[in-house]
Amino acid sequence: MKASPRKPSRRATNGHSPEVNDGELNRWNLRLYVAGQTPRSLTAFKNLKDICEEYLKGQYHIEVIDLMENPTLARGDQILAIPTLVRKLPQPIRKIIGDLSNTERVLVGLDIQPR
Amino acid sequence: MTATSRRPRSKPTALQKEPTGIPGFDEITRGGVPQGRPTLICGTAGAGKTLFAMEFLVRGATQFNEPGVFISFEESDQELATNVASLNFDLNELVAEKKLVLDYVFIERSEIEETGEYDLEGLFLRLDHAINSIGAKRIVLDTLEALFSSLSNEAIIRAELRRLFRWLKEKGVTAVITCERGNGTLTRYGLEEYVADCVILLDNRVQNQISTRRMRIVKYRGTSHGTNEYPFFIDERGFSVLPITSLGLTHRAPTERISSGIQRLDTMLSGEGFYRGSSILVSGTAGTGKSTLAAHFVEAACSRGERALIFAFEESQDQIIRNMRSVGIELEKFVRKDLLKFHNSRPSAFGLEVHLAMIHKVITEFNPHLVVVDPITNFLAVGNDVETKSMLTRLIDFLKVRQITAMFTSLTSATTLIEDSEVGVSSLMDAWLLVKGIESNGERNRGLYILKARGIAHSNQVREFVLTDHGIELIDAYIGSDGVLMGSARSSQLAREKAAEIERRLASAQKERELRRKQELYEAQLIALKNQYESERDAILRDLDEEKKRLELANAQRLEIARLRRADNSRNNDVNIQENGAKKARKGTAR
Repeated sequence: MKASPRKPSRRATNGHSPEVNDGELNRWNLRLYVAGQTPRSLTAFKNLKDICEEYLKGQYHIEVIDLMENPTLARGDQILAIPTLVRKLPQPIRKIIGDLSNTERVLVGLDIQPR
Repeated sequence: MTATSRRPRSKPTALQKEPTGIPGFDEITRGGVPQGRPTLICGTAGAGKTLFAMEFLVRGATQFNEPGVFISFEESDQELATNVASLNFDLNELVAEKKLVLDYVFIERSEIEETGEYDLEGLFLRLDHAINSIGAKRIVLDTLEALFSSLSNEAIIRAELRRLFRWLKEKGVTAVITCERGNGTLTRYGLEEYVADCVILLDNRVQNQISTRRMRIVKYRGTSHGTNEYPFFIDERGFSVLPITSLGLTHRAPTERISSGIQRLDTMLSGEGFYRGSSILVSGTAGTGKSTLAAHFVEAACSRGERALIFAFEESQDQIIRNMRSVGIELEKFVRKDLLKFHNSRPSAFGLEVHLAMIHKVITEFNPHLVVVDPITNFLAVGNDVETKSMLTRLIDFLKVRQITAMFTSLTSATTLIEDSEVGVSSLMDAWLLVKGIESNGERNRGLYILKARGIAHSNQVREFVLTDHGIELIDAYIGSDGVLMGSARSSQLAREKAAEIERRLASAQKERELRRKQELYEAQLIALKNQYESERDAILRDLDEEKKRLELANAQRLEIARLRRADNSRNNDVNIQENGAKKARKGTAR
């Protein structure tokens, strides 16, 4: 049951070119947890933005959560490491920790690229 | 605490300790865990790590008004609450009262991908938030090592852990960190390198199918602590650590004496019975009346209005009451008055430590004046000699400090020497009574003697010990030319003696009579002799008298003849004759 929502994303990556689908801005719902404006957080955000622009253009939505401001939110997504990227949508939830400097692994982690 | 205050010259910032509130633990650590520092609890699975940590928090919140945070890496909040609900810890209530925060940190390895640099600031923030939200003074990280299995970059984890412990110290919270025991090491991932202040090892060993939990303080920087392995147990009230000799030999010795309930036995103990607070061992072979002796002691105590507690490992309460009734000891009324309490269990039901802890618990609750353990030898079925002795040592220490008089019965086998068969505890006892079955002349009798009674002048005699329908009676055993006699031999000997005495009495009466007769005889003879003498004397006197008369008559005749012859000087002729003689004598001298 969890395999079916994955299929469109695979198709998207197969073409290696972002298919722009209107109204699907929320197809990729990503959350980046950071703790303050640290260089590592900024790097992570920049890396994420670059990857999304390249592979998920027009289909993604990034929400940055600063745990310094909202520490209670760490509990909901079980955040330990900073920075952590959480893929809320499509299901299932996936997490990528680190500064996202390795694009290959981010793509694998987000299931944009097959393992 | 004492160790630190004893060194006034050292820096004023001596190690402060945080009491855990866990019974016994604060004693062996002399105050608790180091305040504001992390403590590592390691042990194998099921050793009780999580429970220890949880109790540290719960007791902190309830007894010391110190809120705590429980960070669990293994169990969810609700699982935790359910698990400890059986120990009467109501976590949900504590959470509602803002005395406790439960935070379940869960990492699903399969949904995590690592790329590039990261740190564990998220965890720090969560801890920080949890601590600040209730002003926590205590924190538990339950199996922090779960991080190692959730994240793959060990270098980062280690660096972050180092930072975490530093951070916790800076925060000033007292932390307890649990760790799984590794193969040959204290912890699987070497966490003891980071937490170097206090390391406690929990252990659960199974011996003879009975498991015993033990605790050891591996390391405690900056303070003295007990170094032994201390048994502990977990019951419906949580953790209890049992310090083996934490009390030492410093107890006071009361001088008050208490009756044993058997008058003759008191007499054997210089008339006043045992010292209060002493430990008394009653040993003997099967069926010699040890329990009955103990029941007497209990009856005496309860009659004085004291509370008594019987730990029975062989009989049920009803059985004891019934059996003692048959010898005239009525215990049930004391049970009803709440002066007497029984605690019956099979020795094999638990390990020694649990037994000891239960005894501790029951004693603490009931607060008796007298404790009877019947019998101690049954513990040997559970543990070996050394363990049993160590357990009894702790029990006796515990009782002595509370000045509770204790009577222990000990079953000795008929074939072994009594000195060998006392679980090696006789040296711990203040008084030792031996009840011995003595078999002779086809019957079995009981003899009682006092092997020792510290500080009491006691009889060295064997007394015959008889169970009657009104309790125990001690009778002087017959000690005579035929040795020590008991039972029917004693009574027949006594009968024989009685007969002999009657005979002797008859014989002496006979002699007296004879004497009297002899006396009468002699007296009669004496009278006869006297009579004879008197009659003889009278005859002689009569003769003398007659002789005299005859002489006078002769004189008179002579004078008559002279007168008839008209002789001169006739008047006093015979006088003249006498005078002439006298004159002649005078003339002779004058010449």
